[in-house]
Amino acid sequence: MSSRRSRRQSASSGITDDQIADLVSRLQQLLPEIRSRRSDKVSAAMVLQETCSYIRSLHREVDDLSERLSELLATSDNAQAAIIRSLLTQ
Amino acid sequence: METPMTAMVSDAAVGTDRRRSGRLRRNKKHRAQLVQREAEEGRSHERWRSELQHKLYSAKLMEALARLRLAGDGGGGGGGEEVRVVPTRGRTVRDAADRALAFAAKGRTRWSRAVLMTTANRVKLKFRRIRAGGGKGRLGVTGAGGGRWMGRKGKGKVSVGRLRGKGSAGVRRKVRELGSLVPGCRVEPMNVVLEEATDYIAALEMQVRTMSALAQLLSGGDSDAAPAAGHGHTSS
Repeated sequence: MSSRRSRRQSASSGITDDQIADLVSRLQQLLPEIRSRRSDKVSAAMVLQETCSYIRSLHREVDDLSERLSELLATSDNAQAAIIRSLLTQ
Repeated sequence: METPMTAMVSDAAVGTDRRRSGRLRRNKKHRAQLVQREAEEGRSHERWRSELQHKLYSAKLMEALARLRLAGDGGGGGGGEEVRVVPTRGRTVRDAADRALAFAAKGRTRWSRAVLMTTANRVKLKFRRIRAGGGKGRLGVTGAGGGRWMGRKGKGKVSVGRLRGKGSAGVRRKVRELGSLVPGCRVEPMNVVLEEATDYIAALEMQVRTMSALAQLLSGGDSDAAPAAGHGHTSS
């Protein structure tokens, strides 16, 4: 069933192996860890795995930063002063 | 003295030239289409790294954050009416930042549209879906058309290990996992998910950069010399 589905998919939407490989290699360029290793033998599954964990870590970082920002913004006079300051220095 | 718009366009033109030399030999018949698609699609990584985007996003973010009622100041005395907005302060900030990020994407990608539509505007969602049937179709064509062709092979061309047929189970599973991480991509075909993930990662990186610069600024640090921030004092 799955092979039939993938065949039909490729017939109707023209998604080729090459395209997928290209996209994955493009993704690979973005990842910090794999890029530094310079190994040509990276499998697609590993790239995807790294991508997932990278996205998760980015999410975590954004969460931490937003926690920090929320604390910083809670003191209103601090926030207003900083905003005014940044507006002035632009 | 370039306006930001010109800067962006020349950026795209330079990028197009650099890639055109490599691609022309293989895709002669699609040449015109190619150039147009490239300009339209935009190399996501460079787009999200441009200074203009950084400034736009930081301005939007600050505006959104300033509007949020985070402080328990005199205005928001009652906890009754603001219950919706204050589940966790961090969560509100995060949602606002995500919305601003999706807005900065100008709705060209699926994830940005999905993020914008799943905010508190649930009531408007019904009408928006009906009315945006035509509009979203247009945008959808651009997104799908851009996703079907990608011609970027940088100088350091790294080849991925042979895929055992694109429908290989392990790869498919991973792509599904990726699709569940990227908003709005849970049921999309593989190439769409990968394309969206590329853009999403670049956008997230910009979000992290901007927010950390903002946090540094707000914590009263001497961030005037912050290298990556360029928050207040780039003169371009």
